[in-house]
Amino acid sequence: MTFILLPFVEMFYASLRPLDHLFRSPYQFYSDDLSFWAYREMWNTVPMLPRYIFNSFFLASVTSIVTLLFVIPAAYSYARFRFPFKNSSLYILLAINMFSGAVLLIPLYKVLRTFGLLNTYQAMIVPGVAFLIPTAIWLLKSYFEKIPIDLEEAAFVDGASRVQILRHIIAPLSTPGLVVVGIYAFIGSYAQQFLFAITFNQKKEYMPIPSGLYEFIGYTTVKWNEMMAASLVGIAPVLIIFLFLQKYIVAGLTSGAVKN
Amino acid sequence: MKQKLKSYNSQTYLAYALIAPAALYIVLIVAWPLLETIRLSFTNSSLAGEDYVGFENYQKMLSSKKFNGIVTRTFVWMFFSVSLKLIIGLIGAVLLNANLKGRSIFRVLVMPPWVVPIAIGMLGWLWLYNGYFGIIAGVGMRTGILDGPFGFLAYKQSAFISTIIADVWVGTPMVTVFFLAAMQGVPRDLYEAAYCDGASRWDRFFKITLPQITPVIITMSLLSAIWTFNSFEIIWILTEGGPRGATTTLIIDTYKQALGNYKFGRGAARAVVVMILLTLFAGFYLALLARINKKISHE
Repeated sequence: MTFILLPFVEMFYASLRPLDHLFRSPYQFYSDDLSFWAYREMWNTVPMLPRYIFNSFFLASVTSIVTLLFVIPAAYSYARFRFPFKNSSLYILLAINMFSGAVLLIPLYKVLRTFGLLNTYQAMIVPGVAFLIPTAIWLLKSYFEKIPIDLEEAAFVDGASRVQILRHIIAPLSTPGLVVVGIYAFIGSYAQQFLFAITFNQKKEYMPIPSGLYEFIGYTTVKWNEMMAASLVGIAPVLIIFLFLQKYIVAGLTSGAVKN
Repeated sequence: MKQKLKSYNSQTYLAYALIAPAALYIVLIVAWPLLETIRLSFTNSSLAGEDYVGFENYQKMLSSKKFNGIVTRTFVWMFFSVSLKLIIGLIGAVLLNANLKGRSIFRVLVMPPWVVPIAIGMLGWLWLYNGYFGIIAGVGMRTGILDGPFGFLAYKQSAFISTIIADVWVGTPMVTVFFLAAMQGVPRDLYEAAYCDGASRWDRFFKITLPQITPVIITMSLLSAIWTFNSFEIIWILTEGGPRGATTTLIIDTYKQALGNYKFGRGAARAVVVMILLTLFAGFYLALLARINKKISHE
């Protein structure tokens, strides 16, 4: 427990302390003038911080929406129909999850370069979506499967068209599932904004928070209190979303991977 | 009516049509690049252009001592990291499964390292590991374990251990949560029967809990091995594979070759090795999963 939380506590503590207290050796456990000064100052030290935050949100939102667009029909199809190669293709999806993006970087880099997409938002969105699709399909499939097929069949026998069934039966009943999968995709793409971001994008105006802050570590004396403050600001949104919805997310993920 | 229902449920072409967009996307962004990587590994591709060079990249790579060192290091790193994750995860799950006060809060509190973007978490660890001002060096100096500032990431061995610890920090929560979910799935009456027979706490754990969750333990060790093997951000942010290559794993080496030096061909050869190893892991995992599923459906 200490092991898990200590880094966060120390990050927060460091963010409250003035820089000259931090830069004392050996480590001082006590500071008498804690303040939120770093949280104000960081906007000056990292002038692009608002932009990074916006980018992170923008990238995560677009990525999760695009993921959902691809995943909804596919997951519905997996949940409802029997067809050749159904199981084998599902296992292939699982296998894709195991490939790190790092293996694909070279060809992706070349393709993006050819199409002039390096240093754009798309460069980070396109590969990001690909790595979210497999898990999202598995997750959403299990939600669709919980909707009793009798409901659909009854409506069909009563003369409802497939589109009507989708709109009036499937859509309302699967909303909770869609929300969970959407949030999974959002958190997932928020978390994955590093590898693709440092590889495919050098432009500051498109950087998400992780790669934007990482840049600052390299070449200046790091103002650690402000760095920690900015990191916590970067963490806060996902943490808040997660705390509210952790029950659903954990239940969904564990059922998908353990019980199948 | 039966006829009509049958037509509703067996429309293969519709099924494929619905899957097609996702499938196409995966083929374009995952499958094709995989094949392209294999092709590139036989060329000397760089920003300047490419020529076919046969097995040259592989020959060079496999005959270099450095590369062999990297492969060994990757597995040692993985072994320690995965074992620690499993052990801590198991202990954590047992504690969270016990009837302790406030366990629901603790269940939530174990998860942050898993949800938080790894890259940002690592910025925190960079500060913790700071040799002069970080808290770990600080505690070390105060208690006299260290006799002066100590840069944890600056020396070969300590950097190796430090990156493992950070990796365990990121990976343990997920393992814990999965173990916990598995433990909660163990039928209650098994415990009640054992309790009536006077089985001790240890007996109940070793004779009921452990055998019951073995499938999950095995799956999680494989999954966790795969993720650990793929771990990039942790090492990259903490050490960039240094000092002097002490934390360079296969993934880091692949990245450095390909996008640090823009030697696409050489990088691709390494990526192919990574791919082969991952395919082996994935094969094991899927075979295992299929067996477990069969067992469940037989019972």
